Amino acid sequence: MSAVSSRTGRSLVLLAPLLLFLIGFFVWPLFSMMSQAVSDPAVLRLLPRSAEVLTDWDRKSPPTMPMQTALMEDLKAVDDDQALGDMVRRLNSARSGFRTLMSKTMSALEDTANPPADLVSIDKRWEKPEFWLAIADALSPLTDRNLLAAVDLGRNAAGDIEHLPADRSVNRVILVRTFWIAALVTFACAAIGFPYAMIAASLTGWKRDLMLAAVLLPLWTSLLVRTAAWFILLQEKGLINDLLQTLALIDAPLPLIFNRTGVIIAMTHVLLPFMVLPIYSVLITIPKNLMPAAASLGAPPWRAFLRVLLPLSLRGVASGSLLVFISAIGYYITPALIGGPGDQMISSIIAFYATGSANWGMAGALGVVLLIATLLLYSVYARLSTDEPGRR
Amino acid sequence: MAEFIRFDRITKFYGPLCVVENLALGIGKGEFVSLLGPSGSGKTTLLMMLAGFEQPTSGNILLDGTAINDVPTHKRDMGVVFQSYALFPHMSVGENVAFPLQMRRLGKAEIAERVARALDMVQLSAFVDRRPSQLSGGQQQRVALSRALVFEPRVVLMDEPLGALDKQLREQMQLDIRDLHRRLGVTIVFVTHDQSEALTMSDRVAVFNKGKIEQIGTPRQVYDEPATRFVAEFIGETNLVEGVVEAVQGQEATVRLRSGAHIVSAVSGSVASGQPVFLSIRPERVDLSETRGEARNCLETEVTDSVYQGDHLRVQLQNAAQPLIAKLGRRSREFPPGTKVYAAFSAGDCRVIAP
Repeated sequence: MSAVSSRTGRSLVLLAPLLLFLIGFFVWPLFSMMSQAVSDPAVLRLLPRSAEVLTDWDRKSPPTMPMQTALMEDLKAVDDDQALGDMVRRLNSARSGFRTLMSKTMSALEDTANPPADLVSIDKRWEKPEFWLAIADALSPLTDRNLLAAVDLGRNAAGDIEHLPADRSVNRVILVRTFWIAALVTFACAAIGFPYAMIAASLTGWKRDLMLAAVLLPLWTSLLVRTAAWFILLQEKGLINDLLQTLALIDAPLPLIFNRTGVIIAMTHVLLPFMVLPIYSVLITIPKNLMPAAASLGAPPWRAFLRVLLPLSLRGVASGSLLVFISAIGYYITPALIGGPGDQMISSIIAFYATGSANWGMAGALGVVLLIATLLLYSVYARLSTDEPGRR
Repeated sequence: MAEFIRFDRITKFYGPLCVVENLALGIGKGEFVSLLGPSGSGKTTLLMMLAGFEQPTSGNILLDGTAINDVPTHKRDMGVVFQSYALFPHMSVGENVAFPLQMRRLGKAEIAERVARALDMVQLSAFVDRRPSQLSGGQQQRVALSRALVFEPRVVLMDEPLGALDKQLREQMQLDIRDLHRRLGVTIVFVTHDQSEALTMSDRVAVFNKGKIEQIGTPRQVYDEPATRFVAEFIGETNLVEGVVEAVQGQEATVRLRSGAHIVSAVSGSVASGQPVFLSIRPERVDLSETRGEARNCLETEVTDSVYQGDHLRVQLQNAAQPLIAKLGRRSREFPPGTKVYAAFSAGDCRVIAP
């Protein structure tokens, strides 16, 4: 027994660096990013006294004196300008007008020579329950605001979920576009990758090596370089348009860049290895004599393909499609460089929230949506692949 | 027997390598012919050309009098049984057997009936819904067999179908296949490198060596009357003794060995006096006794070793620089090493082979 447990202990020690690495660089960042999507401490952190008092409030009547005093004390105690700014931004997004109200209130509170008696004396707006309601709603440390906004939903004043107005509803359009582009790319990869893998698997020696190298080589090149190369190829005076015009196949240059066509072309090229390699690896495990056997049993080549080779290689097509689709929905650089404004995918929006407007909550929420979509797809795939008959 | 398949001067090159050389072979309708030879002798290549997987470099393959060189495999109507079974792993046993019938667009009811009959024939009716991977090797090969027979092909080709099975199962399957052949009367071309398999099952055996047929004949002919040294050595075990022909009388020849002894032996080919030849003497045809008996041929030898092998006693003998092997039945007495014995055999039990 002790020998067994010491072996277990030793293997745990050996695994420890890997586990620590996984936790430190994968689990923790993922978790913290996702928790950003639902956590909302900006208001609660600065207004602990108000939080206590506001729990007793009936959400309708005008503010009572203890509420006003508690809020004034909270605000006086604030010494972190950045935290204050976060809180104001948060409140202002729930109820416009909070920014001016707050700056007015803060400057009045700093006037120690002539301290205000209550908040209403600073600004009449503090009489309205709407502003207090916004504070009360923002006091919860958890929120579904970001997650709802990620799919263009929001809560109205009564707290019911409803669609956001059209001018604020872009996420759903972009999500649908992301999935549509990913689906098109997956289809294009399968259409090119399946015959390619079949030819590669049927060859031997240097010809096979050459075909595989042609697929693998782009994989070893930086994504940015590959995308830039397509930029050069696809542009109006690029190689492709020049060639087609020289051959007099077209009169005017084809619009290949800054549109959907260009994005699909470039993404298909970049993701093709992820389709070819799984299909290839399945194809080479299919016994070589099945097709001759089918022929000897009276199957013409195309029927033998449909009845034997295709069903047996579907597993490779499924895993290749999953890989390509999941990679494609997270694509960022290629659509950003090759695509037009109408081809930006969800990652661009995440990047905008994360780096452009420092709205980590929204970036996290969109990330969660993307992650859930991916996990759903994967579970479907896992279900299909275990149900698949005839697997050894 | 009417000739059904004819290989007409078939030659096959793989690049510069000649694997089948100017080969001619006729196979009768309903016949069971084994192509026997070591690996690389061209027997499998010949089968692949018959099945249509390979094209001959030159020459014609005729089936029932018609050249089939340009007929693609799927129109040749030949059932092929592969060494590695080649069952479709994504189909059940029943679907595998139904496959050739579906390709021929038969009706559902007829397919079901013929699949049931074909599986019944190989005693696998209970396994119709199993996957091939759930069956043992022998069962898989029986499925492959019934799949190759179910559409009543004109010829059944078998490429070392029993090679992957263990010895006991292989021997059982040999008898099963022979029995099926007798019941169905189908023409079978069977490739093997196992000589006992070929002898057990075949009507005729074609012995291949280096792309050529060395001899073709019934199992008894190729064993008892080997035409060449290769056949004598490849099929069974034999004693090859060098000698020179002294005289030929009809079907017999007198051969002088290097030791000076004279042997009278049957002749299958044509030999002339003075020609150096080999004598092939099967070990189990040699009798040992301590006295010179009545036999036509008798060699003075000394026992060098004697090994008990269960069903027979294997005795190694030395006769004037010429080693010999004798296999004696288990009722034979023991011969301790050093015993001086006479090795006796009749003229019909040895063969003159031109080198």
